[in-house]
Amino acid sequence: MALNASRNDLASGALFVALGGYFALEAMKYDFGTPFRMGPGFMPVVLGGVLVALGVAVAATGIGKPDAEAPPAWPWRGIALVLGTILFFATTIRGLGFVPVVLISGFATALSSRRNSLLAALVVSVGLCVLCLLIFVVGLGLQLPWFGPWLRF
Amino acid sequence: MDLLSSLALGFSVALDPINILYCFIGVLLGTLVGVLPGIGPTATIAMLLPITFTLGPETSLIMLAGIYYGAQYGGSTTAILINLPGESSSAVTAIDGYQMARKGRAGAALATAALGSFFAGTVATLLLAFFAPPLARAALNFGAPEYFSLIVLGLLVSIALAHGSILKALAMIVLGLLLGMVGQDIYTGTPRFTFGVRELFGGLNFVAVAVGVFGVAEILRNLENEKEREVGVSKVSGLWLTKDDIRRIIGPVLRGTALGSVLGVLPGGGHILSSFASYSAEKRLSKTPEEFGHGAIEGVAGPESANNAAAQTSFIPLMTLGIPAHPVMALMIGAFILQGITPGPNVINQEPALFWGIIASMWIGNLLLVILNLPLIGLWVKMLSIPYRVLFPAIVLFACIGTFSINQNIYDIYAIAFFGIVGYLLIRFGCEPAPLLLGFVLGPLLEEHLRRAMIISRGDPMIFIERPISATLLGLALLAVIVAVLPSIRKKRNEVFVEDD
Repeated sequence: MALNASRNDLASGALFVALGGYFALEAMKYDFGTPFRMGPGFMPVVLGGVLVALGVAVAATGIGKPDAEAPPAWPWRGIALVLGTILFFATTIRGLGFVPVVLISGFATALSSRRNSLLAALVVSVGLCVLCLLIFVVGLGLQLPWFGPWLRF
Repeated sequence: MDLLSSLALGFSVALDPINILYCFIGVLLGTLVGVLPGIGPTATIAMLLPITFTLGPETSLIMLAGIYYGAQYGGSTTAILINLPGESSSAVTAIDGYQMARKGRAGAALATAALGSFFAGTVATLLLAFFAPPLARAALNFGAPEYFSLIVLGLLVSIALAHGSILKALAMIVLGLLLGMVGQDIYTGTPRFTFGVRELFGGLNFVAVAVGVFGVAEILRNLENEKEREVGVSKVSGLWLTKDDIRRIIGPVLRGTALGSVLGVLPGGGHILSSFASYSAEKRLSKTPEEFGHGAIEGVAGPESANNAAAQTSFIPLMTLGIPAHPVMALMIGAFILQGITPGPNVINQEPALFWGIIASMWIGNLLLVILNLPLIGLWVKMLSIPYRVLFPAIVLFACIGTFSINQNIYDIYAIAFFGIVGYLLIRFGCEPAPLLLGFVLGPLLEEHLRRAMIISRGDPMIFIERPISATLLGLALLAVIVAVLPSIRKKRNEVFVEDD
């Protein structure tokens, strides 16, 4: 597809417009106040509007100037595994406890690199689990059970 | 003479063997957590706060202070070696330090950071002792309009830092400011942008945002193309500086120390401002500004000296006014209060042993850090032989555990994932993450002081121009924008001939 514009500028501009629009619209629900006594909505509405304007400007500068390089491939595997791991960590850390969560998280993250074999990922996760236990639980006294309430019978 | 006797009192406290021991433990822990990504001094101090109850006030505050400036050393080490700033202020060091490391000059960058920091720490500690009372009086004259103008100046100066589009840098700052507004409104208590989640009422966690934008986003970028990913450094040689290096860093170290000492006094994240300001100053002063961003040693020496100098002088507002310069200082206030001492102008008079003891311990701590860090540089370099495919799972895990350990708040971990993906998209589309982080840190302060100033002036914005200090700061901010815009006009002309960022 021949697009006579910078993909990067259009995409980042759109992202800024979307985020600025969200903040501005959401802040409309809050009390705007007056310049004398600004309400909680004043700054977000103004800044959100500015961000939308900047987003439009960023996108506009990209028109007529296509990117010199083709964009790199999307690292779908990495995005899915790394973000998935972080979400998994957040949802299970209280329930499963330190050791199982760190083992599984380390294993899954290591697999997001195509260069790690299953065995390598296993070694990495066990090593990291021991290291994290020593640093955070033993060394820094983080208050988390080794095995959480979900694993007690 | 008064000063001499005060310093003598300070050293008699700081040289107590127990205090030296805890100072050493503090700087050792500080370096360690500074090196570990995702767990910064904020997290460590927060976790250690309960443990220090049992120690005396001098001992516990000396140790907590040691963690803080020790982390400045360690934070720059990770910034240089794996492009992951352990502390917000070493974000700038990562720009050129990491490029130096990729070119095989990690040793020189680390030595520059350590020596620059030690020099700056020594000078700033002396300055702290000499000028604490008069500087505190100067800062006392700052009202809300001056703070607002100062923050505006800091934000606009950071535009010069971002290479690439100025519009994108501005947009990143504004986005950062907006993100800083998540949480309860300071005046009315109205929860903003919290989706009704109670855990978000306190705002987004700084560590989560920083780790997401600088850590996870970078990992995703490296996974784009694994064959050409930025592994870091394969071979390291030249741990010591050449004569040419030393000649090049003297100026930046001196200027960085001066800049950091002055900016560190000002409440509102002076240590972050100072490293950003020092970097753009060196970039402007350099005869070869095109080297910046591609491994200029000046870009390591200046900011590193500046942030360490500021780390020392940022104790001035804390100990003389009771105002925290940033989150770590807010925790230090907590430590003071838990020891039954109200931080503020009375500390100098009522607790002279504590006040001067902490100051003297900073110099001793800096000495300990050099002894600890220069021989251990070899060890940090060894850490690089760990391949990236092993390193990045460790970064993700340390980030999650470290962030979780601050508040035991799982929403902070969701925030890492959110800022990881948003940060990755923005970086992929050519936006620099540093201005976003600066906007995020300064956003709440900017809003607070703007609203306060407008109440003082009864809604008249002229207050910012009518006050001389405020007007000067705003004038400088305007100048920074003009200077930042000018070369880009020139660059645009060049773009017709050369396709470059």
